[in-house]
Amino acid sequence: MAELTPFQTVGPFFSICLGEAGRAHIAGDNAMGRHITIEGTVRDGAGAVVPDALVEIWQANAAGRYAHPDDHQSKPLDPNFSGYGRAPTDDEGRFTIETVMPGRVPAPGDTLQAPHLLLGVLARGILTRLVTRMYFDDEPSTADDAILKLVPAERRATLIARHTTGDIYRFDLVLQGDRETVFFDV
Amino acid sequence: MPGETYRRPRDDVHPPRDFPGYRGTALRHPRQPLVIVPQTLSELTGPVYGHASVTTADSDLTNRGSAEPIGERIIVEGRVIDEDGRAVRDSLVELWQANAAGRYAHRVDRHDAPLDPNFTGAGRAITDSDGRYRFVTIKPGAYPWLNHSNAWRPSHIHFSLWGPSFLTRLVTQMYFPGDPLLALDPIFNSVPDPRGRERLVSSFDLSLTQPERALGYRFDIVLRGRQATPMETRHG
Repeated sequence: MAELTPFQTVGPFFSICLGEAGRAHIAGDNAMGRHITIEGTVRDGAGAVVPDALVEIWQANAAGRYAHPDDHQSKPLDPNFSGYGRAPTDDEGRFTIETVMPGRVPAPGDTLQAPHLLLGVLARGILTRLVTRMYFDDEPSTADDAILKLVPAERRATLIARHTTGDIYRFDLVLQGDRETVFFDV
Repeated sequence: MPGETYRRPRDDVHPPRDFPGYRGTALRHPRQPLVIVPQTLSELTGPVYGHASVTTADSDLTNRGSAEPIGERIIVEGRVIDEDGRAVRDSLVELWQANAAGRYAHRVDRHDAPLDPNFTGAGRAITDSDGRYRFVTIKPGAYPWLNHSNAWRPSHIHFSLWGPSFLTRLVTQMYFPGDPLLALDPIFNSVPDPRGRERLVSSFDLSLTQPERALGYRFDIVLRGRQATPMETRHG
């Protein structure tokens, strides 16, 4: 068997590979579903903002279908929605994700997962990518999500975005310390 | 692919999240243990690229300006495969690097070395049906950083790959053979297994070398492979 190539940090200069900084525009105007904006800040173990992080997003479309050949569900694909985006943080550690509310996708055991985004976090000082999930506080199915239930109850709130006003949600990432975001081994 | 999940890497493959030799990790690693979760349809899928947006010109970093960039012209070629040796085809490979003087074309790079107006240091390619990619670039210079006294990064090229799913994502760095700075570099040495570190070092390859033109280096990349799924993690 071939041996894996190890991870290395993305370092501080990855943005020479990217386009417009500070914003992941995942959903075009014509994407189906409820258009939402997710705003957050990345902080380190001293509470300082992280101005050189890259948050990567993967999610299903509004119908709960992934734009990927291994998703064989009969739900509709949306030609205006890829489900993928990259949000580099700005000088104040902030990131913005413009997307649509994802639909529910299958969970282990023939149930459905609550609407969620997968997030990967890369930065200088992060040697191996950190992986987490983002759920929604105004979505009733969040309380019953099978993956979220594997997280100690007192830490689940770190994975749930807060509806603030209109179509805007708040979701902060804390790399270390009090209210440290839950990261997954998957 | 329903019925198959991705193997979990051995503990000594990737760097630990907390590596004191690399100061940047001190406040940027989670102290709580990672929560082990099954792989669902969410993780078993991942971004698919529209290949139309990547052209062959994107893999030549020496053709961006009005003249050629300064430095030693090199060819970097390799195969992207999974742990079972299967080619990872039609997959995006992105690369970024410092110029020959060891300076990035990035506003936060304050190293007192010249920028090269003919070198942006970014490129991308799509792997072919055999998993192969090829870049033409210049050899990046070493540069100092503030991690410890008299700290220097060895010459390296950053690589970013997605592969077929969210779980095959890899961000890594390619190094050059025989570089005396490798033994001193905490980022390189954060990889626990010496054989893993060797896999980050490209090999000089005369067969890739283009006569009268450019030296060739080979850098093969291995992404996570699949296994049969235990029942408890099978998704609906």
